[in-house]
Amino acid sequence: MNKNNSSTVTAKPGLGLNAWMIAGLLFFTVPMFSAFIFSVQVGDGTYTLGAYRRMISDPGFGEALWISARLAILTVAIAIGIMVPTVTWLHIRAQRAKRIVEFITLLPLIIPPVVIALGFLGSMPLWLKDSVYMLVFAYVVLSMPYTFRSIDTGLSAIDVKTLVDAARGLGASWRQVMVSIIGPNIQSAIFGAIFLTVALVLGEFVISNLLLWSTLPVWMALVGMSDAEGAVALSVMSLVFVWLLLMLLSSLNRRRKVRVNVGGLS
Amino acid sequence: MTNKSGSAVEMINLQRIFGDVKALDGLNLTIKPGQLVALLGPSGCGKTTALRLLAGLDLADGGQITVDGRDITNVPANKRDMGMVFQAYSLFPNLTAVENVAFGLKVRGISEEIRIKKAKELLDLVGLSREANRYSHQLSGGQQQRVALARALAIEPKVLLLDEPLSALDAKVRTQLRDEIRRIQLEVGTTTLFVTHDQEEAMAMADLVGVMSNGKLEQIAAPDDIYANPATAFVASFVGAMNRIPAKLSSGKVEFLGQSVKYGGGSSATTVVALVRPESISVTPTKVNDSKSGTVIARSFLGPQTRLTVKTHEHGTHLHVDMASSDALELTAGTNVSLTITASTVLTDADGKN
Repeated sequence: MNKNNSSTVTAKPGLGLNAWMIAGLLFFTVPMFSAFIFSVQVGDGTYTLGAYRRMISDPGFGEALWISARLAILTVAIAIGIMVPTVTWLHIRAQRAKRIVEFITLLPLIIPPVVIALGFLGSMPLWLKDSVYMLVFAYVVLSMPYTFRSIDTGLSAIDVKTLVDAARGLGASWRQVMVSIIGPNIQSAIFGAIFLTVALVLGEFVISNLLLWSTLPVWMALVGMSDAEGAVALSVMSLVFVWLLLMLLSSLNRRRKVRVNVGGLS
Repeated sequence: MTNKSGSAVEMINLQRIFGDVKALDGLNLTIKPGQLVALLGPSGCGKTTALRLLAGLDLADGGQITVDGRDITNVPANKRDMGMVFQAYSLFPNLTAVENVAFGLKVRGISEEIRIKKAKELLDLVGLSREANRYSHQLSGGQQQRVALARALAIEPKVLLLDEPLSALDAKVRTQLRDEIRRIQLEVGTTTLFVTHDQEEAMAMADLVGVMSNGKLEQIAAPDDIYANPATAFVASFVGAMNRIPAKLSSGKVEFLGQSVKYGGGSSATTVVALVRPESISVTPTKVNDSKSGTVIARSFLGPQTRLTVKTHEHGTHLHVDMASSDALELTAGTNVSLTITASTVLTDADGKN
């Protein structure tokens, strides 16, 4: 095979790959861009940020955002607080039960949201039915497929059993094992789980709507019925917000890693 | 840092059952203060289980463990004050070497100044003061195990537990670290339990070697004693090389290769297998073909010693014979030799086992 041939052979997959990447990029950006244009264009063809101003100044927006933010924080705290010790336990003491638990965590993806919502309504105690925080329990369950997988992957990358045995042998309590050893070593996985959970809470519509709580997505849908540009402006904002949050989490994660590496070289 | 006194350890009738398998079947073991005892045995013999029970990382189904007379059988791992070095690399990846060593002191609430000072002293003891600020991924396997040793010693453990700490290392580092662990153990005087499947390691390091099989201690004795006077056929076969030669037992004598040697224990059936070490057979060239002769079929030069493989005329058994290389020069393959047993007694094993 001569040089020319080999160069064409190597060039082809590169071109194909680029084409795929461009196609993929367009697939994601075109709808977002169209939505943005729709939200800023007025009937006579001029552009204005009026829809954005209108939405932000609406008192319902702040209220819905505040509800969703509180729900997101609580959901993350409970989901991570339950899932990290549970999956760690599965890794060190009950490897065989892991598959069963993995299947259970998948159930929220299989059971229709309507069924989950009605189930919640039926099983919650009365005092909780009155509170928006009942949604937290639903969201913790809904986030299980993502938090379990993320943390499981993180733990699979380290020798959990040996590290736990070593820490226990050195006198660490279970709390110290989790906080000082397991947590820092699966940090990326925990950040991933946090991000997915926040994205889920900020986007969940069916259950909160059925249970009549005006979370951000529910409020957005409500606004969309009377103000199309406003609703799209909100979608764009929430997209940008989630994206910023992702950047923030991943940069926090990277910064900690860099600190570790730099410290190591000194 | 030094802990010259050491603690006394006693395991009494320890039982541990996994499903149908008795991992420990009534283990009794006593370790005197400051001693290094090696538990040696094939995989699955229960040696690691014994160590994990002592560490508190697993709980016994029966029996008792005492340290300095205090019953610790049901004390959780984090309250036992045991320092452990694992087979797998076990440094915490998120901490530097010095932070790893200081970890046990940190969880005990010792001030940062004191614990870092002490951790540095211990890194110095294992020869790694310059690597104090490195993370585990920046250390070689041997260095990681040294840091793990320093970390185990930092808490001034009552007992140091070594779970095959050298088996992941390459041969040269292994020998080096083996000698170093022994030096440090003697220096700090900590009672130590060492688990290994490598008899050379056990023999080289331990005050006492305990040979385990099927969850029981077959024999515990000083290394030279274990080698020279194995109590059972299993110990004889497991420790050092051993020839298995078809034999007959009659009136207190083991008869094989046209010779009879005093019976030293083991199977008492009529037809048995005599267990003879390669260095307990001597060979001389001969022209005679009889029951005590054989033919050299291979020769391996091992430096000061040469190992001959001899096929006997009587049963066609392949025997190993070790001799000084200077004496083996003429014994090339094909040489007919006469075999003489130099051992005063021999152990026997049941016929048919391998």
